Amino acid sequence: MPSLDDLKKRISSVKSTQKITKAMKMVAAAKLRRAQENAEKGRPYSEKMNNIILNLSSGILDKESAPKLLIGTGEEKIHLCIVMTSDRGLCGGFNSNIIKKAKLYFKKILDDNKTLKIITVGSKGYDQLKRTYKDYIIEKISFKESKNINYLDADKVGKIIIDRFKEKEFDVCAIFYNQFKNVITQIPQEQQIIPLKASEEKKDSSSEDNYEFEPEEDEILSNLLPKNISTQIFKAMLENSASEQGSRMTAMDNATRNAGEMVDKLTIQYNRSRQAAITKELIEIISGAESL
Amino acid sequence: MSNSFKLDIVNPEKSFLSKEDVIEVVVPAFEGDMGFLKDHISIISFLKPGLLKVVDATTAEETYYVEDGIIEFKNNCLSVLTSNIFDIKKVDKNKVKDILTEAEKDSQNNDISDQARYLNDQKIEVLKSLTLN
Repeated sequence: MPSLDDLKKRISSVKSTQKITKAMKMVAAAKLRRAQENAEKGRPYSEKMNNIILNLSSGILDKESAPKLLIGTGEEKIHLCIVMTSDRGLCGGFNSNIIKKAKLYFKKILDDNKTLKIITVGSKGYDQLKRTYKDYIIEKISFKESKNINYLDADKVGKIIIDRFKEKEFDVCAIFYNQFKNVITQIPQEQQIIPLKASEEKKDSSSEDNYEFEPEEDEILSNLLPKNISTQIFKAMLENSASEQGSRMTAMDNATRNAGEMVDKLTIQYNRSRQAAITKELIEIISGAESL
Repeated sequence: MSNSFKLDIVNPEKSFLSKEDVIEVVVPAFEGDMGFLKDHISIISFLKPGLLKVVDATTAEETYYVEDGIIEFKNNCLSVLTSNIFDIKKVDKNKVKDILTEAEKDSQNNDISDQARYLNDQKIEVLKSLTLN
């Protein structure tokens, strides 16, 4: 049984923790709104890009001469995984969910006797993966310094990927990130970007228009595909940042509530032991008086 | 009958410009400047560094500098996807100079491809004309 003094200290410590989590929740909520807006603003670009690529690739008849970025190298021996996580913790299951998803994929690849290479974006992903998969990590990237997500950062990652692809360092590339659905739900995603997977959704009839191309299809495609990779990375970064803030907000909300419950419990315990101490003292006085 | 069409310019970060009533747009396409009027045939092309001119219903002309991008024209809607664009009237002259010095530095580099060199020369030319005005 802790003494009254100990209980008092614990209550005040839990209360100050609660203050911190509450403040973090507020900050996350404010940042979430901005991140969400950014994610929504960024969508038209990647959607249009996707549309154009769909139109272009359906226009290419000769599959053999199509750019490698679109059709792949014809093999799938070496897999490159881009694991995108946050740079900061205290955001609930956000990072662990991505890692969990990625680890499943890694296991599958290793079981199939294929070669695995990992690039981590964001320091938390590296921290979690370095224990088991240290030998596979070929590069770690972190954008701790840049306050806002910008396209230049995404472009840097995109260039790294493309350079490595040109060096024939991998055949298949997949990115892992959290898709922002709403504040409470973020869905970990696995998306293959090289070779580009034709999205399963049916094309609307309007997209089957006959286009003029200037210059030729394959020339446009070879110009467009590297850009598309950067765009996909950028999209993943935007979704990730919105998810991170959302996840942090819910996690901190829970923490605040739990701290509240704990304070209540501790206060009851404190009052009980205070009462017990008073009763004990009274009994002592009374029995002392009686014995006289 | 109106002879206007829709123009959408988007950056990765946001929608840069959206207009319902443009009459003519001239874009610096890779193989030469290209003018768009209503009912142009569906086309996909990409851009080289240059000036993009927009003429809208009020006949005011706006000019933007674009560095790269893709355009798509379909159903009287012109979409321009670009990662680097600014209004030449609103931009800071010093910023233009910064980009220019950067580009000139790149052109000193000998191991870039012919296509990259061509694009870079274009960029320098356009930026120079901007700094003169």
